[in-house]
Amino acid sequence: MDVMSFDRVLPVVFMALMGASMLVYVISDGYDLGVGMLMHRATDAEKDVLIASIGPFWDANETWLVLGVGILLVAFPKAHGLVLGELYLPVALMLVGLTLRGVAFDFRVKAKDTHKKAWDRLFFAGSTLAAVAQGWMLGRYVSGFGTGWNYPLFAAAIAVALPMAYVLMGATWLIMKTEGQLQERAVQWARIAWAPMVGGLVLISMATPWVSATVRTRWFALPEVIALAAIPLMSGVSLLAVRGLLATRHVRGPVCWLPFVLLVIVFVLGFLGLAYSIYPYVVLDQLTIWQAASSPEALKVILFGTCISVPAIAGYTVFSYRVFRGKTGELKYA
Amino acid sequence: MMDALLLARMQFAANITFHILFPTISIGMGWLLLFFRWRWLETRHGNDRVAAHGWLDAYRFWTKVFALTFALGVVSGITMSFQFGTNWPGFMQKVGNIAGPLLGYEVLTAFFLEAGFLGVMLFGHGKVSERVHLMSTFFVAFGTTLSAFWILALNSWMQTPSGHEIVDGVYHVKSWFDVVFNPSFPYRFAHMVLASGLTCAFLLTGLSSWQLLRGVAQRSAPRVLRVGLTLAALLIPVQIVVGDMHGLNTLHHQPAKIAAVEGVWDTERGAPLLLFAIPDSEARTNRFELKLPKLASLILTHELDGEIKGLNDFRDRHPPPLPLFFAFRAMVGIGLLMLATSWLGWWLYRRVLWRAERLPRALLWFFAGMTISGWIATVAGWYVTEIGRQPFIVYGLIRTADVTSAVPSAMIGATLVLYLALYLALIVAYVSVLKYMAEKPEELLQLDAIERAAGAATSPVLPAGSAAWT
Repeated sequence: MDVMSFDRVLPVVFMALMGASMLVYVISDGYDLGVGMLMHRATDAEKDVLIASIGPFWDANETWLVLGVGILLVAFPKAHGLVLGELYLPVALMLVGLTLRGVAFDFRVKAKDTHKKAWDRLFFAGSTLAAVAQGWMLGRYVSGFGTGWNYPLFAAAIAVALPMAYVLMGATWLIMKTEGQLQERAVQWARIAWAPMVGGLVLISMATPWVSATVRTRWFALPEVIALAAIPLMSGVSLLAVRGLLATRHVRGPVCWLPFVLLVIVFVLGFLGLAYSIYPYVVLDQLTIWQAASSPEALKVILFGTCISVPAIAGYTVFSYRVFRGKTGELKYA
Repeated sequence: MMDALLLARMQFAANITFHILFPTISIGMGWLLLFFRWRWLETRHGNDRVAAHGWLDAYRFWTKVFALTFALGVVSGITMSFQFGTNWPGFMQKVGNIAGPLLGYEVLTAFFLEAGFLGVMLFGHGKVSERVHLMSTFFVAFGTTLSAFWILALNSWMQTPSGHEIVDGVYHVKSWFDVVFNPSFPYRFAHMVLASGLTCAFLLTGLSSWQLLRGVAQRSAPRVLRVGLTLAALLIPVQIVVGDMHGLNTLHHQPAKIAAVEGVWDTERGAPLLLFAIPDSEARTNRFELKLPKLASLILTHELDGEIKGLNDFRDRHPPPLPLFFAFRAMVGIGLLMLATSWLGWWLYRRVLWRAERLPRALLWFFAGMTISGWIATVAGWYVTEIGRQPFIVYGLIRTADVTSAVPSAMIGATLVLYLALYLALIVAYVSVLKYMAEKPEELLQLDAIERAAGAATSPVLPAGSAAWT
């Protein structure tokens, strides 16, 4: 490969990296935001287990958001200004939500007992606010920040559907990490969240080509449509499998991890579909990744660091998940 | 309606002020935790059970402080990574090739390292060996310091840019070494790491004094007090020397900042040191001056008749002197108070042979009063250096006004109010929870023990050896 073409591929590499970090963020913070949104349904004793199940992970989960936004900032500075300018208010609300839940998480075990309830409420409220704001932002972003009556409606639909998806993720995480009565309740929560999540997903899949002409031509072009059909098909099968599993006793036995893994697959598939719809734009119909990219020199410097550090990050992330594998015991500082 | 630039600056200032409070503690605290843990491991098989458990108590209590602090640092740091784009879109468009990789390396090498190992450090006991746990603590401490390295490299580059070239208004890197190790970086980095150490030292001193006054944490508080005072006494003279060198470096590269700090309007030889004054930017003169002749020249140039350039030489290229003048005096004033407190305190404590119960209560009250002195000095110092860079965002090259966003000022104003309310509430919550935790450490530790007993009985996944370390 000659130098010119490598320079041309670089922005694509960074788009993929950014997408991957955002995907890891949505999956990993998705389950812990979902657990946060289930807080108000849990008893006081269960609340402690809920918190303990995500305790060792949430800091690192949110770091993926910083990396994703960091790559947007670093590799596509023009898009960073445009996107965050458009999303100014929802970004602020999301940050307030993330702040509240992040600190409530730590404060609740350290504050006076009489204040614990208030922190629990803030944890729930912060998680919900962050999830709703992220749904709204996703909706606005996917539709290229279009103006007109249908666009806000579309964003509002995703602002409801994404939190539902997070709740389902959170519930399946709990099925995997807890046992006994709480696990039984988590199965119920998952059943409740399943229908609105799937309904939202279907609605959005139908609405996306409706709000964006670019996506419409992308999706329904022959012969690509045949290959593309694999994405909704596999998602459908996975989601049905989740529903089926939730109805059986086995979900509380040795396959307790399966619904969670199936949902991760759905998220990955959804992400691939989204990536296919948007490429080669970084902001749909407005800015391509090459128009928005930083200089190749700067990108190479970051790529060098990425190649070294991402495997290391993956390594100690796996290490941390291994250390805290299995059912959640009580969580204490040592 | 205030203009969007001022509101954007206020919003960013509010966020960055709130943020720096927490890294300032966590940078130093990571290493102190490593020290406490190491002391516990060294003493645990010895004869002095009280000493050993004192170190363990200290580790456990300060780990909780660290976790809380770290969480606040993470959430306010996430906010910042967004505000670069929302508030200063033009900044990244112009200098993205330089700032981008530095911020990227911070996230990739440091942020992930801290966040990844924090879980193991906080909750991994009994699940990993002592050695792996100690290593995790080390990685967390190392990560926080590495974080400071990258962020200060970028900040220093914005103060004293070097190693770049400008092509069509966009900045490109010529030499990464010159960018990272720009002229003010070594001084600023050392100054900040020492500030973090001092902030922690006074936090240890203050909170353990508070515990002694309340009669709690009998095993750990006397030891922590000794560590805090010793650390403060060791660091403060070094900090004063480094601060002086940093000041001389600033005089060389950013003379307008020094002119504002010293309240010098017209270039003069043998400039007096102003102990107090109110710089008036409208009339371009000082009111209510209280001065010591020739001392400013002596301090800055090490000559009685050394020349100091005045603000009038820089006209529209100098910062507003009023906030710099007072912030600098606040920082130096607290620094001198720290010197007196730590040396006197250390000497008095040694004289009673490190027996805390013999210390006068008034002295403990005074230490407790100094608990957050490091915060105030650090924030004041940052105000000097950051406001002192104005009206530029990259000193001498890019004006802040040229990189601001087109977001309507009403929206910036509304979110500013939202952030301010949130930050004030969180600072109040943080300080009151610290105080509460300090007063109830035994109850908290006992609660942990009860939970542990209950957990060991009911939780099958907890390895059997998990309670072995107690």
